[in-house]
Amino acid sequence: MQKDLALQIPTGKTEVSPAAADPLVPQRYRVVSAKRELADLATLKIAPVSGTRPAFKAGQFNMLYVFGVGEVAISMSGDPAEEEAFVHTIRNVGLVSGALTKLEAGAMIGVRGPFGKGWPVEAAEGSDVIIITSGLGLAPVRSAIYRILANRERYGHIAILAGFHSPDDLFFREDLAHWRQRLDVSVEVTVSHAGRGWRGNVGAVQELIRRTAFDPRETYAMVCASEAKMRYMAGVLSDSGVAADQIYFAMERNMKCAAGLCGRCQFGPDFICKDGPVMRYDRLAPILAVREV
Amino acid sequence: MEGLERILKEHPFFAPFAKDHLDLMVGCARNHRFAAGQFLFHESDPANEFFLIRHGKVALEIVPPGGAPVVFETLNDGDIVGASWLIPPYRWMFDARAVELTRAIGLDAACLRGKCDADPRLGYEMMKRFLPILVSRLQATRLQILDFYENAKRLGTPNSNGKN
Repeated sequence: MQKDLALQIPTGKTEVSPAAADPLVPQRYRVVSAKRELADLATLKIAPVSGTRPAFKAGQFNMLYVFGVGEVAISMSGDPAEEEAFVHTIRNVGLVSGALTKLEAGAMIGVRGPFGKGWPVEAAEGSDVIIITSGLGLAPVRSAIYRILANRERYGHIAILAGFHSPDDLFFREDLAHWRQRLDVSVEVTVSHAGRGWRGNVGAVQELIRRTAFDPRETYAMVCASEAKMRYMAGVLSDSGVAADQIYFAMERNMKCAAGLCGRCQFGPDFICKDGPVMRYDRLAPILAVREV
Repeated sequence: MEGLERILKEHPFFAPFAKDHLDLMVGCARNHRFAAGQFLFHESDPANEFFLIRHGKVALEIVPPGGAPVVFETLNDGDIVGASWLIPPYRWMFDARAVELTRAIGLDAACLRGKCDADPRLGYEMMKRFLPILVSRLQATRLQILDFYENAKRLGTPNSNGKN
């Protein structure tokens, strides 16, 4: 039993700073910069107080610990190739996340991670890629977009379909504008409702899938949205011909240990913290259909 | 007329219709050009024409009492605008406004309704084509409602990137 537990703890991260050897012990990080994306949304750039930050894969997450307040799982939203710092985009939805969004440059926090499995950035090479996000879902997938666009020649068509609640809820505007300016990426943005001043798309993001050109047999889909929308998006993608084993979702559950020990994030036979958060739809589908899970 | 026939024949919505039905619809069709800001129709107007967008963008909007207009959907090239012409009392339930210069084919719905009544085969085909559009838009609306409630309560519940 002890041996089994030991296997579940993410070890062997040779790039990790020596102090981060124990995944259950937070390391001290300093906020390098804090950007308010929206009234309730902030992007923090954090760097280790000593040593270098561990390597991470797009889609992984860290446990961010606000001293005296608590700890929360937050996905990376920065470029894995930028080696000095982690970037996290956080929405104020509670005590800990609220405290994180209020931090200023120079503040100190605790960090454990990186944890979990990331997006199939390498597996998707040679294929078309369709990235579908809803609301804050754009944040956890931005790391993958950075990597894919940095190696653009390795992929076929790339489509980024991003849905937001309203025009006022758009964030990462500079990134979206930059990606849209490129001639080798299709970027579509839609909102659920808008006033007359908005000249863009209005409607559900999955409606954009039907209007997007891609070869379904050779397409990887990376989706980050709420579970209710996820199921519908999976249906639209499957109807379009994308195989279930090439559709990936970022799952969300409350995390505690983040190392596959406590079971807080159990999802059927899996732990989201170590078997996810990015998971393949063919594995998820039977469990998503179980209401009790 | 030949141009309209070709456009309708090649459109995925109209292509499955039998030739005699298609010919009939071509006879009911005409070209429209809507400038940006121009309305295709207004809420509560008689729904006597429906549209196939050739090029452009159309916003569907409702006006809450005492509020500003809210756009709840935009339709683009190839989309069909309007199904109220099929369902009594045949009145539009929202406004449709061209967001940009929009070219569309309008089909005389009052004429088509009569033809559908007279030829149930045509009426059934028409329902078969419209029903998937209506179901798809209904599902999209449900998800938009879900988005509305998720957003409304997001200050108090977990979401994908800030769980506590």
